[in-house]
Amino acid sequence: MELNELTVTQALDGLKKKTFSAEELVKSCFGKIKKVEEKVKAFITICEEDALKNAKKTDQLIKDDPQIFEQKPLLGMPIALKDLFSTKGIKTTAGSKVLKDYIPVYDATVVKKLKAAGAIIIGKTNLDAWGHGSSGENSDFFVTKNPWNLQKTPGGSSSGSGAAVSAGECLAATATDTCGSVRAPANFCNLVGLKPTYGRVSRFGVIAMASSLDSIGHLAHTVEDSALFLKVTAGKDPLDATTPNIKVEDYSKTLKKPSKKIIIGLPKEYFIKGIDKEMKLAIESSIKLFEKNGFIINTISLPHTQYALATYYIIQPSEVSSNLARFDGIRYGEKRDCFGEEAKRRIILGTYSLSTGYYDAYYLKAMKVRTLISEDFAKAFAKVDILLTPTSPTPAFNLGEKIKDPLKMYLSDIFSASSSLAGLPVLALPCGFTKDNLPIGMQLIAPQFNESLLFQVGHYFQQITTWHKRRPPLV
Amino acid sequence: MISKKTVQHLADLSKLELTYKELNKFQKQLAEILNYFCLLKKVTTSQVLPTSQVTGLENVLAKDEISPSLSSKEALSQTKNQHNNYFKVKAILNGT
Amino acid sequence: MAQKETATGVTMKYTKFTTIIGIEVHVELKTKSKMFCGCNNHHFQVKPNTHTCPVCLGLPGALPVPNEKAIDWCLLLGLALNCKINNLSKFNRKNYFYPDLPKGYQISQYDSPFCVHGKLEIKDKMQKPRTIRINRVHMEEDTAKLVHAKVDDEEISLIDFNRSGVPLVEIVTEAEIHSSEETIFYLKKIQQIVRYLNISNADMEKGSMRCEINLSLSIDGKLPPFKIELKNINSFRFVKKAIDYEIKRQEKILRLGKIPVQETRGFDATRNKTFSQRTKEEAHDYRYFPEPDIPLIKVSQEKISSLEKILPELPDEKARRFAKEYKLSTYNANLLTFSKKRADYFEEAVKIGKANQVFPEIIANTIVNKRISIKKYLPQEFVKLLLKKQTQKINDQKLISKVITKAMKSNPKAVADFKKGKQVCVGFLLGQVMRETKGKADPLLTQKLLLEKLKS
Repeated sequence: MELNELTVTQALDGLKKKTFSAEELVKSCFGKIKKVEEKVKAFITICEEDALKNAKKTDQLIKDDPQIFEQKPLLGMPIALKDLFSTKGIKTTAGSKVLKDYIPVYDATVVKKLKAAGAIIIGKTNLDAWGHGSSGENSDFFVTKNPWNLQKTPGGSSSGSGAAVSAGECLAATATDTCGSVRAPANFCNLVGLKPTYGRVSRFGVIAMASSLDSIGHLAHTVEDSALFLKVTAGKDPLDATTPNIKVEDYSKTLKKPSKKIIIGLPKEYFIKGIDKEMKLAIESSIKLFEKNGFIINTISLPHTQYALATYYIIQPSEVSSNLARFDGIRYGEKRDCFGEEAKRRIILGTYSLSTGYYDAYYLKAMKVRTLISEDFAKAFAKVDILLTPTSPTPAFNLGEKIKDPLKMYLSDIFSASSSLAGLPVLALPCGFTKDNLPIGMQLIAPQFNESLLFQVGHYFQQITTWHKRRPPLV
Repeated sequence: MISKKTVQHLADLSKLELTYKELNKFQKQLAEILNYFCLLKKVTTSQVLPTSQVTGLENVLAKDEISPSLSSKEALSQTKNQHNNYFKVKAILNGT
Repeated sequence: MAQKETATGVTMKYTKFTTIIGIEVHVELKTKSKMFCGCNNHHFQVKPNTHTCPVCLGLPGALPVPNEKAIDWCLLLGLALNCKINNLSKFNRKNYFYPDLPKGYQISQYDSPFCVHGKLEIKDKMQKPRTIRINRVHMEEDTAKLVHAKVDDEEISLIDFNRSGVPLVEIVTEAEIHSSEETIFYLKKIQQIVRYLNISNADMEKGSMRCEINLSLSIDGKLPPFKIELKNINSFRFVKKAIDYEIKRQEKILRLGKIPVQETRGFDATRNKTFSQRTKEEAHDYRYFPEPDIPLIKVSQEKISSLEKILPELPDEKARRFAKEYKLSTYNANLLTFSKKRADYFEEAVKIGKANQVFPEIIANTIVNKRISIKKYLPQEFVKLLLKKQTQKINDQKLISKVITKAMKSNPKAVADFKKGKQVCVGFLLGQVMRETKGKADPLLTQKLLLEKLKS
């Protein structure tokens, strides 16, 4: 096994035991990048020089103080950042031509935290411009491919982060999830994706898509890695007023199987006609596996599920229209004529929902339905501990398949919308493969700020399955 | 259900210039999307309060304390148009 | 494209119009830091773009966190203006494009401002007191400062973001002010109160207090279907001139049977005229929606009580107390309470004066007539000087008595009022004697003699 194919946990162990150096680890990632990046096209910016410099520094740090891992829990870990995360001195484009030459003068809070934890940034990954999309095809620069099948989408909007981790170009990557942008790539690329509770991770410095929905997450190979990562990124940030002062647990230490019997709820509205057959089978056998191992399975109802996507597609573009107003080309970036088609479409749609005469019928109505959707979950969580659903209706679809039809593309987010609107934490994880060797995933949904339960159940699943250990055939 | 004139007005409000092609395309697509939104009419919401935030937080405030600012060099580092430490734009009349 | 006035089809040659004015005042709060970030709030004559950060520059990814002190001060002003404080408030985004607005929206308040339904007593044209209802007092952020220049033969505008994000309180009246005199009285009163609270310099010239006057003439006393907004006028004097001009201008248009064009107008001080500031036909729809980046703000009863405790005695109240407690004329009481500093000085001097048999009326007169500068001397020194001056005074009893008799003869009403119990008249008559003797009569002696004569 190459070093770049290790999980974060394994790589940390290797560094601690001095089996290899940080420099070797980082070089191994760049070796892979050189081999596959031309095909995968995951990165907008690659920071090889700085990363190697940092790797050497890291090795010196480890040499000086072998205990340093206690202060720096991600020391030497080669990670990538979705290009929405502001990085001081490193170009940050949001996947849009509007910011093609924009170099931030400050680091996002999460970037600061990751740097402080010792992580090494190897590059900035491609995405649907501004996070607007489910396939990555809305990037203003180029289209990222799925390492499992280059004809397929890696999922969006965090397409580059998904492809990069999956292809072994880095060990983990940050991503954002407004309505599935972490989960779709996890699902399509055989990764573990965490969309934390809204407010659990600071949004400061992450270019905003829809402020009341944006959740700052990450992609990795295992639940264990995901837990380690969240411990670093989560917490109250004085610069983000929407981060509550709720204690960040030591998620890695609480990964053991939950002591009490966990009741898994299956919302019947998610198990409907139209779900891919192979996907349905894979999820059903995962449910059986849980049941066999002592979990209790209950079917429940989230009656407003069918309204979630419409609600989401009113609220999100409204906030988008306002959030993208700052891009006027005066202080930074290009003029507004550089916005791509999808951004323009959402700005116009959102402007419509907020304008005089339509506000009550659209925006206000959507905010009210949002209340009902949140209440559905509250009622469900009175009966069950955690929910299990498909992540999307199908495995990775073909590039080009939906890009001409925005509504069809929007509908691929259908299983992400409710939990986003309610601000709940969701863990997407691998649970099978199609006969064409495409990954299949499922998602676990927990009550607000109960990420530790997601990790416990997810980790348990990964101990009794091996789907997450498969790597794409791409050389 | 949504006219070209409305789409043009929305573009003006959001300071976007649309080509004739885009205008036509957006009109069609928006009509389709807005039609999909009609689904929400089925939900009774007369007794429901709107949710604009999900954290339940209140009174998250900062103390009145000065923290360091950017240097003017940093502030102006990303603009293409500056003059004597100011950002520069084409002349605009005072007041809107 | 300029719009044409539309015809009303009504002849209004003899109609008497009512002036209807609503006022929006903006005051910049003098907190240490800005409204939503930690940048230094000070921006007047500071090197451009040196007090900025990702938040107030509107950089991608930056988020606002509201300044607690600014909100407290907004609430305090609301209480001073007799407002009801909403127990749950929120910020809203007001969306519009302008180069001085970095985010493309201003964080402001819309349907749940901090303070509503206030009132303020002013005086009308005839000096008769009347109450103006205040619609709301809300919190928002200031925009950047635009400077217009010509560089290399090119007309340009320059932007300084030091002012961007400065806390701004907006005070909105109901449209029920009827003259330029009332407007100026109201504006000065707001300025005085804000300065009493010590929350803003409220300087019109420096822009820390700004006003927008919505003015229209009504035929029937009801709100007409058009309004003209007077904006960007930086002194009380010009505001008055602009209103007076505007009333005449609108009257002329209405008398021709037309309706004035709804627009924003500025004031050209050199030509003494208002002028249209409309640049082009721009669509306006602010698309307010709740600011998702800032949680709701709950104002508890305890919070209100604690603010009420620190609410200082306000000018009107203080003037009434001065008049009563120190037996001053309304005129003197108003002058002495013009600023809190002056009022405090006076009271301090009165306290010191008491031990030295110097009466409040004399201290009041001395301050009002600027016989001893309060800027140069501490209250202690002020009283000492006053005593010293008194020893150089005329203390010829006969001479003073003569002047007193003369003053009483020429002011029979004051004498009669005194007999009816109006103590204030002593101050008035004292003032007359002082004037006659060019301020040289020994005030203590004069007062003693005056009282004797009045009571006899």
